[in-house]
Amino acid sequence: MKRRTFLKGTVASSALVVAAGAGLLKSGQVLAAGRNAAAFDAKDVAAASKAAFGSDGTASKDIKIKAPLQAENGAVVPVKIETSLADVKSIAIMVAKNPTPLATTVDFSGASVGYYSTRVKMGKTSDIVVYVNSGGKILKAHATVKVTVGGCGG
Amino acid sequence: MATKIKARKKGNVYEILVLAQHPMETGTRKDKKTKKVVPAHYIQTLDFAINGKNVANVGMGTGVSKNPLVGIRVAGAKSGDKIKVSWKDNKGETGGAESTIK
Repeated sequence: MKRRTFLKGTVASSALVVAAGAGLLKSGQVLAAGRNAAAFDAKDVAAASKAAFGSDGTASKDIKIKAPLQAENGAVVPVKIETSLADVKSIAIMVAKNPTPLATTVDFSGASVGYYSTRVKMGKTSDIVVYVNSGGKILKAHATVKVTVGGCGG
Repeated sequence: MATKIKARKKGNVYEILVLAQHPMETGTRKDKKTKKVVPAHYIQTLDFAINGKNVANVGMGTGVSKNPLVGIRVAGAKSGDKIKVSWKDNKGETGGAESTIK
C-alpha cells in the first residue's frame, strides 16, 4: 500500500515538472512570437521590461543609441540602435515618459546583425531606454532626447 | 496602403528598409474638427523573411511614428535574394511587399 502511494506521488510530481517545463517554454516564447501585448500595454519602463524580458536589465556601454539630442517634432524622432554584443536575440525601444513606454521590439532569428532603426513618437522630453537580449543576458542603455514643443528651438 | 522595401549594402551586410504607409493612430488623439477621439489604428507586427525564411519579427505599439520606417541589417544576404515583408494592424488589416536584392 505504501509503495502504491509512493508511485502515485512520483507520477503526479513528474507530470507537474513536465507542465512547469512547458510553462517555462511558453513564457520564453512570448517575445519570440512577435508581439507581447502585456509589455506594450505596460504603463512604465520597469513594468514593460519585466513583461518583455522578465528583468530590468543591467546597463551596458556596448549599446549605441543614435537619436537627436533635440527633436523639433516629437511625432517623428528617428532612433538607430547599434550594438557589438554577440548573439542579439531581440531589441526593444522604450520612451520613458510616453503613456505606454514600449514603442517597438524586434526579434531576430538567424543571420541578423545587432541593428535596428525606426522612428518613434515622443510626447515630451524624455529618456529613450533600449533593451537588448544578448544570448539571454538582458542589457540596457539610455539617451535623453529633448522635445521642443512649439518649435522655438529652446 | 503602400509598403516599400529598399535594400542596400553596408559593408558585409545588407540593410533592409521598409516604409509602410499607415496612420498609426494611438487612440488618444482627438480630431480637431469633430472633437471626437480618433480610434486606435496601428501596426502590431511586421515580419521580415528572406528566401522564405523568417529573419526578424517586429512588434509595434502606439509609440511608433506615422508611416513607420523600419530598418534591420542581415548578414549572409546576397544579390538575388528575395525579401518579403508583411504587416498586420490592430484592426486585422494586412499589407506587405516583396522585392529582390539587386
